[in-house]
Amino acid sequence: MPKIKYIDETGRERVVEVPVGWTVMEGAVKNLIPGIDADCGGACACATCHVYIEPPWLDKLPPKQEMEETMLDFSQDVRPNSRLSCQIKVTPELDGLVVRTPKSQH
Amino acid sequence: MVKNIVIAGAGQAGAQAVFTLRAEGFSGAVTMIGEEPFAPYQRPPLSKAYLLGTFERDRLFLKPDAFYRESACELILGVGVRAIDRKAKAVALSDGRSLPYDRLLLATGTRVRPIRCPGAELAGIHYLRGIADVDRLRPALRKGKRLAVVGGGYIGLEVAAVAVKHGLDVTVFEAMSRVMARAVSRPVSAFFERLHRAAGVKLLLNTGVAAFEGSGRLEAVKAEGKSYPADLALVGIGVIPNMEIARNAGLPCEDGIVVDGNCASPADPAIFAAGDCTWHVGREGIALRLESVQNAIDQAKHAAYAMAGRPRPYREVPWFWSDQYDVKLQIAGLARGGDRIVLRGDLASRKFAAFHLRDGAVAAVEAVNAPSEYLVGRKLIAGGTRVAPERLADASVPMKNIV
Repeated sequence: MPKIKYIDETGRERVVEVPVGWTVMEGAVKNLIPGIDADCGGACACATCHVYIEPPWLDKLPPKQEMEETMLDFSQDVRPNSRLSCQIKVTPELDGLVVRTPKSQH
Repeated sequence: MVKNIVIAGAGQAGAQAVFTLRAEGFSGAVTMIGEEPFAPYQRPPLSKAYLLGTFERDRLFLKPDAFYRESACELILGVGVRAIDRKAKAVALSDGRSLPYDRLLLATGTRVRPIRCPGAELAGIHYLRGIADVDRLRPALRKGKRLAVVGGGYIGLEVAAVAVKHGLDVTVFEAMSRVMARAVSRPVSAFFERLHRAAGVKLLLNTGVAAFEGSGRLEAVKAEGKSYPADLALVGIGVIPNMEIARNAGLPCEDGIVVDGNCASPADPAIFAAGDCTWHVGREGIALRLESVQNAIDQAKHAAYAMAGRPRPYREVPWFWSDQYDVKLQIAGLARGGDRIVLRGDLASRKFAAFHLRDGAVAAVEAVNAPSEYLVGRKLIAGGTRVAPERLADASVPMKNIV
């Protein structure tokens, strides 16, 4: 199972295994990683699963669709490496992915 | 001193209340009681990806089991709350137990409204509310079968979209003159009617179902004097709030358990309610019952704030979404408060929004594949901002520059 490292705003790192086909958001929620609310459960409807992708991984991810792009446009503290974690499906190639979670989504 | 909180209902609102109570530093006992044999799970995917079969059951659960352990929340599942003894401050459970409480949160949700017509008890007639309903329905969605969907609301139309993908022959029976009439405006209804018809769904408007026919098993649906052959039916004609225990305990109820701005019962400061089962006065000044994830989450948060001793009145902008085929409908605000509709974008391009204005300010937005319109609309609603209708209607003005 691919391993994903989540780093929260205090710098605490957690490495968890996430099944292929699940999303990076689900990997966080099911492992009690703080900072990801995901109110809508992954429907790209609420923008409360915002994460920052560690730069080496950025271009390994599938590109943003228009819905994600726009939802991010209106999120807080958006940076060039911002993504909505509900829109990133875990694949074997993403084994080792590192993402940072923000302080709060609201 | 509040030492012991009991949550009746283990759905979206119940899970959120546990989370927020602990986040607010409440350190007393928390017990959550759920009628279904499952820990709290997401309902929205039930009529979408879970029904389609692309989303396994494990993924539905809102929190992992470890969350309840770490939150020291005792989960009592497969058990209902049958009565509230307000004097003794205790609830009676269906297994005969009695549980005391200092604060009680009613997060009991809703149940499906049963159709009352001849043949309603025939085999092959389905409803959709919980995991068990979908586990029964999914295997019946077999290619070539004729599915009658009774009710052109969110549930009926989402199921119709999934069934068409599975290769079924789908007919939707809607008693009103348009689909989703209770929830969306005319242009949005018209768009979804075209969308479903283009996908191959037969949509019969102004067509109320009079009876189901068959011997033991559904064979046909009778509507407006005609008989339509059907192998199975899905009834989606709305829900009923689970408020009997509140009413029997003398708490005020309308079409839901009445709550104030802190999600407390006005008749009993120890009892709160959150989610689909409540009746509250929204920020628009209209009393209503909302059926949505947003309202469940936000009312549960505000009930938890108050129960933890730090009340912050509930004034959130309602929001909602529906996925049908590749179309995402996002709604914010309350359209019934509006006095004028402004359309932005082109229905034919499958990307447009309907803004509802009240006294020149945005009261609601219905956005079809239009996330900027939805998100900016939500902010405009929250701010009570006045906008020029002609700018709103001009799709060449970016939403970011609308005010």
